[in-house]
Amino acid sequence: MSGHVVSVRLYVTIFLLLLVLTGLTTGVAFIDLGDYNTVVALAIAVVKMLLVVLFFMHVRYSSGLTKIVVLAGFFWLAIMLTFTMSDYFTRGWTPTPSGWGPSISAPPNP
Amino acid sequence: MAELSASSTHAAVHPPGFRHQFEDMEQQHEAGNLGMWVFLVTEILFFGGLFASYAIYRSLYLPGFEAGSRLLDVKLGATNTAVLIGSSLTMALAVHAAQTGKRKALIFFLLLTMVLGAVFLGIKFDEYATKWHHGLVPGLKWAPDEEMHNNAPLGSVELFFCFYFFMTALHATHMIIGFGIMTVMTVKSWRGEFSPEYYAPIEVSGLYWHFVDIVWIFLFPLLYLIGGRY
Repeated sequence: MSGHVVSVRLYVTIFLLLLVLTGLTTGVAFIDLGDYNTVVALAIAVVKMLLVVLFFMHVRYSSGLTKIVVLAGFFWLAIMLTFTMSDYFTRGWTPTPSGWGPSISAPPNP
Repeated sequence: MAELSASSTHAAVHPPGFRHQFEDMEQQHEAGNLGMWVFLVTEILFFGGLFASYAIYRSLYLPGFEAGSRLLDVKLGATNTAVLIGSSLTMALAVHAAQTGKRKALIFFLLLTMVLGAVFLGIKFDEYATKWHHGLVPGLKWAPDEEMHNNAPLGSVELFFCFYFFMTALHATHMIIGFGIMTVMTVKSWRGEFSPEYYAPIEVSGLYWHFVDIVWIFLFPLLYLIGGRY
């Protein structure tokens, strides 16, 4: 009566997909893609997360209210990450006039 | 209705596990799931703070973070990812067994989930022991030898390992809490407290377990993989 019953076959398919993606992300780490190594690794992680959230955690079959709460969670995370990064990664963009002391952008490597 | 004694009508009117404040089982199930997701959202932001600070310090001290990442064992990390994904499958199958009223299968899959969780923690402990042996534990035993860090700036490598230990230990703490939850669920299943009409605790525990799996799905590439291993 309550809750959608997902078939065992679908669960096993998702599990196998997750294993393939784990193998893929591990393999790609050993190929030089420059800056894209990080992009690919995170993209694969996001796909894996979506598979787990939608099928293992049944969000695909959940009510609209649950879906909104889940989306709101990730939206708030995006706000936190975006605003934090927009501070740290733009500190070097504007020059610090002389006499204002040293810039507070990246300190040298210790 | 008023003439009937409360005890005789109670079981007939209410399905097992039904709480009085809800209209019906459907609403109770919905409320339980929603509540768990609200908790998980706070957990997303809890771990999100760590991920944000990791991203900032990684960008500031990239060479040290990459050198530190290469000191981790990819094989063990990948194995642990597979083990945890496997435990997510068995957890999903436990929910399936609860939904279809298969008590023995439910107990079996809960125990299997705990076994896989134990394998994960065992491998994690082995990794910690190796790091201890190599003197790569900031604050407690920080004495990496020359070859280990390949002339990388040592302070940055130490910072990477601060993040490594804090993030993985926080994740492992969640696993241990999950262990406790699964133990309680196994006992409750053993007592036959769940039915296809009432299995909300199993499903909600499953949501927690899958969430912990998702955290690791991000920790694995961030800590082990993006350190320039080619």
